[in-house]
Amino acid sequence: MDFNTIIQILDSSVRLMTPLLLACLAGLYSERAGVFDIGLEGKMLMAAFSAATVAALTGNVWLGLAAGIAGSLALSLVHGVASITFRGNQLISGVAINFLASGLTVLLGQKIFGLGGRTPNLSGGARFSEIRLPFADQLRDVPVIGPIYADLISGHTILVYVAFLCVPATWWLLYRTRFGLRLRAVGENPASVDTAGVSVTRLRYAAVAICGVLCGLAGAYLATGLSAGFVKEMTAGRGFIALAALIFAKWTPWGALFATFLFGLLEAIANRYPNLEIGPVTIPSMFMNALPYILTVIILAGFVGRAIPPRAGGEPYVKER
Amino acid sequence: MTLLKSVLASATAVGLLVGAAHAEPALIFDLGGKFDKSFNEAAYHGAEKWKEETGGSYKELEMQSEAQREQALRRLAETGANPIVMTGFAFGEVLNKVAPDYPETKFVIIDMVVEQPNVQSNVFNEGEGSYLAGIMAAQASTSGTVGFIGGMDIPLIHKFECGYRQGFLAAKPDGKVIINYTGTTPAAWNDPVKGGELAKAQKAQGADVIYAAAGGTGIGVLQAAADEGVLSIGVDSNQNHLHPGKVLTSVVKRVDSAVYDAFTAGDAVEPGIKVWDVKSDGVIVAMDENNAPLVTPEMTAAVDEAKAKIASGEIVVHDYMTDNTCPAD
Repeated sequence: MDFNTIIQILDSSVRLMTPLLLACLAGLYSERAGVFDIGLEGKMLMAAFSAATVAALTGNVWLGLAAGIAGSLALSLVHGVASITFRGNQLISGVAINFLASGLTVLLGQKIFGLGGRTPNLSGGARFSEIRLPFADQLRDVPVIGPIYADLISGHTILVYVAFLCVPATWWLLYRTRFGLRLRAVGENPASVDTAGVSVTRLRYAAVAICGVLCGLAGAYLATGLSAGFVKEMTAGRGFIALAALIFAKWTPWGALFATFLFGLLEAIANRYPNLEIGPVTIPSMFMNALPYILTVIILAGFVGRAIPPRAGGEPYVKER
Repeated sequence: MTLLKSVLASATAVGLLVGAAHAEPALIFDLGGKFDKSFNEAAYHGAEKWKEETGGSYKELEMQSEAQREQALRRLAETGANPIVMTGFAFGEVLNKVAPDYPETKFVIIDMVVEQPNVQSNVFNEGEGSYLAGIMAAQASTSGTVGFIGGMDIPLIHKFECGYRQGFLAAKPDGKVIINYTGTTPAAWNDPVKGGELAKAQKAQGADVIYAAAGGTGIGVLQAAADEGVLSIGVDSNQNHLHPGKVLTSVVKRVDSAVYDAFTAGDAVEPGIKVWDVKSDGVIVAMDENNAPLVTPEMTAAVDEAKAKIASGEIVVHDYMTDNTCPAD
């Protein structure tokens, strides 16, 4: 394995981890505020579909991105109404959202384009193009740093950079602002927040809305950044992997960055080496693909540190009984 | 109950009588929909060709949900449509149940074998078509390395892979084929993102022609190949037009011919298994204006030679599904 190969694998990891990272941060906001969200998958799917549809119809990827966020937000709102206002079971609401998105995207896609649930291929201004950072070409020949800058850091779509910036932004928002403190408190002990005179409902809605926006970015990235169009069920379980990553990350932003990078890296290695040979042992790609889940189970079982979810997670807040 | 049964039976009888007077063929499209740019659309073109040539008319039905299959079949059979053609293996089980109830009606199923006395099963020899694609890939590749990306890791897709490798290695014995499968669950059919990443990884390893037999995932493969400046090969329907000048060819199953033949035969459709292979032009490598600049005369000659040899039996393309091994290993 030479240096170039390592750069290529890392480059691929960055692309693969971006939707996971965005979805993982989305889940982080929601769950830190005490609203479990297994509907990440459905929201990403809806966002991917709306983004691709609007981009295909208007030829403008930015309108597509806005539509993607709107589509995801709409489902977030459904989740919010069901689980915050009406105090329904958050898991069931999440499952319903996944089913709803899965059916609705194909149905609407077939109605609009008649391509069996696909959207047409996007091209030109209907796709996010890769951004060449300044001096990328001049620096390429500098040993070691050159390829890292030119091939690994430069040459991604804008949403990749947005996703990475979201990590410090989330950290700052959660740990350095009043809003963040309240958000975390509402996931641990909503009664105390309520006693302090802050609206639990409003905070939780805010968290669910942020979750919707981030899922929207993730979905739009899948459909208009990584690929060029929507294909039914194209999220292919990434929402659930993001949930696993969230547990792996112990509900922290920097942990999310590390966990999704690890998951992306494992997938990139599995893509590159279907049968990885380490000395006399051959590791099949299935094992590499299963590794994220195995690691999550190990963490959940408490072998490596403990993953403790927000204490009030999953419980609707009832003011007085 | 008995009353209901006899009413139903007489309704059926009336239906059959009416049907016998002017038996109209019928075509049922599967869930993908009539204009899916793939399988179902090919069936539609076959039916339209028949309509244009004979001036006849046919009934058609698009499936909207999984639950409609049996109802749709029974309804068409009772209105006297004959033969009834359906696309897709998903009809297999339902047809097996419905066909014995309408012994006078002929059913034609595509891509699946249903053993009933009034059913014609059309199956395609995808391995032979993939062999031809392998020959073309060997001619088009300058690096000597080509790629294959399968959808879900199942024997049927190994059949494509095995045919492709046999063709490629026959033309380039010292060449290399990089093989990837997208996954082991049905999600592997609809993951264009992973398909694109796999294509990029294969390109990084030197592959300059990539064959995708992966359903919706393949769309991502073709896209990534076009973006990265390498050639790709499509599957099932003619996908050359998706990226003109960047898709080397497509391994096409002539679903349209199967429908056309069934319609032309009318109620005299021969029951049994009908195999569409290279010899009968049932599986072809698509040549049209979109890939014309990529196809050299040598390539055409090599494909024609291989076709003739397959037809005469001089070349036998091993079918992976018979013993789950590939001689190219």
